[in-house]
Amino acid sequence: MINSTLVTDAVNAQRRSEKRRWFVISCLMLVLLLSFVFDIATGPSMLGIADVANALANMLGLPVEVSRTTQVIVTNLRLPIALMAVIVGGSLGVGGAEMQTLLNNPMASPYTLGMAAAAGFGAALMLYLGSLGMNAQIAVPIGAFVCCMLSASLLFGLAMMRHITSGQLILAGIALLFLFQSLLSLVQFVSSPELSQQILFWLFGSLTKATWSNVAITAGVTLVCVLVLMKDAWKLTALRLGEERAKSLGVNVTRLRLKTLIIVAIMTATATSFVGIIGFIGIVAPNIARMLVGEDQRYFLPLSFLVGAFLLSSASVLSKAIVPGSLFPIGIVTAIIGVPFFFWLIIGKKR
Amino acid sequence: MLEVNNLRLAFDDLVLADDISFRLDSGQTHVIIGPNGTGKSTLLKTLFGDLQPQQGEVRFEGELLNRKHLGEWRQRFGYMPQDIRLDVGLSVLEVVLLGQLDALSLKLGNRLLEAALEALDQIGLLHLANRDVRTLSGGQCQMVLFAQALMRQPKILMLDEPVSALDLHFQQVLLDHLDKNTKQHGWVSIMILHDLNLAAQYADNLLVLKEGKLVAQGAPKDILTPELVHEVYGVTAEVMMDSAGVPFVRTQRRGPHAPLT
Repeated sequence: MINSTLVTDAVNAQRRSEKRRWFVISCLMLVLLLSFVFDIATGPSMLGIADVANALANMLGLPVEVSRTTQVIVTNLRLPIALMAVIVGGSLGVGGAEMQTLLNNPMASPYTLGMAAAAGFGAALMLYLGSLGMNAQIAVPIGAFVCCMLSASLLFGLAMMRHITSGQLILAGIALLFLFQSLLSLVQFVSSPELSQQILFWLFGSLTKATWSNVAITAGVTLVCVLVLMKDAWKLTALRLGEERAKSLGVNVTRLRLKTLIIVAIMTATATSFVGIIGFIGIVAPNIARMLVGEDQRYFLPLSFLVGAFLLSSASVLSKAIVPGSLFPIGIVTAIIGVPFFFWLIIGKKR
Repeated sequence: MLEVNNLRLAFDDLVLADDISFRLDSGQTHVIIGPNGTGKSTLLKTLFGDLQPQQGEVRFEGELLNRKHLGEWRQRFGYMPQDIRLDVGLSVLEVVLLGQLDALSLKLGNRLLEAALEALDQIGLLHLANRDVRTLSGGQCQMVLFAQALMRQPKILMLDEPVSALDLHFQQVLLDHLDKNTKQHGWVSIMILHDLNLAAQYADNLLVLKEGKLVAQGAPKDILTPELVHEVYGVTAEVMMDSAGVPFVRTQRRGPHAPLT
């Protein structure tokens, strides 16, 4: 009885739509690669694209001629920063995507739920306490990480309770955001002007703190977290149908929510503790990804990563290009270029 | 057979249902009717293990509902909640596929796609398969969610007001399909309806709830009387038999001067 031509058509249409989404993902990979190369090329001494390509090829063991200076600039100075931009941008994008999925709200992100503010407070407190006698390079990220996880665990506690709705979780997150912002202001208020300046600079968010070792840590954490999330891709897709319906499809909503929150918190805490607060990408990247490929998490999740990575990578290029020779804090650039773009997307969404 | 013994549901002091016992046979459609706010949806949620009864037990084929093994308990359920909004960037086909959540992997096989399309075809929605669900009407969403519930190949199918947004044609498509499959596959189908005439037409077994109590149960032709309608809804009605011997309820209009209570 089943209409086989129509079924074949529908299967083909589905396959075409899958191919289209793969195409979008490939395009973004390409754009990301471009901005990554530009990011390496841009700086106080501008490098040619060919030099950058040669230096990268050389690092991969290919027999290419590169001047010693270029090689050093690329390997030791530019590459860690460029990689950090990609990884942190991606992890903020994925973090935002899963927060929005979890809470069924396109305004959710680790930033709006207070995790970034908590990290900022942790870093500021560490600076205020003179890093507790440790090396500031290590102590400040640890302070940020601990506070970020602390604030996230308050959210976990709430999420574990039965009958807590996503709306209530968002409210609680926003309350935490305000709490940690006030605490941060308090630390700044009681600090000396010099210290306050240091805190402020940390809060701006900057990729210049990137070193090979913290790039490796961030990359490792992000990779594991993204893979674990991908394993739950279909369950997360089901969650977007609403909690009650996800339950009716056999999802253990409480467990999935908790697990995802923990993963997002770890990713955010790691990224933020090394580069400071970079807002906006967590909100905007998933929204762009959603418009491009819909909400099948098999595509939505990787694309959120790529869009986030691209946004931060291109912001990094811009931050170096605005005032040539000096370094503009990237946290300032992301929102300034991102907001008009985002407005255009919201208004243009009427299709 | 789904069995409920001596069930009592309450939020703190507020008793939602009390002293409810019934046995629902496989291969039959069981319809729950009753006034608004009388605990019908709550009862379904309890059968699904979403709410914990204060007292009493639920069994399926002898096995007790145990909150520790909720996942396994829910495996056998297809459950279509009342809310029919679908505000998500997915295609109709993808939403139906989610009915087989546990079978889905990162690479979608043709077998599952075809199964989902067959579920859509059976209820006459194949032509919508590749549409974004956000472009559907409420009734179309409801049908898509029905297809999703069918996709689960349930042993127990629970539908909470499944025809609330459907036109006459799709009411019939959904209910006929439900009836046929229930008998064919031996499902325990449980459905909440507000339309007494649809209930009378499609119920093998009618359960009447009022204020959290089960006030009547049985075949519609045996229990659906003007007295029952009046007792449960406070409405005066005539109950006639149609040519097929199915009861037919017609409410009587109250006079223009009747108090609005």
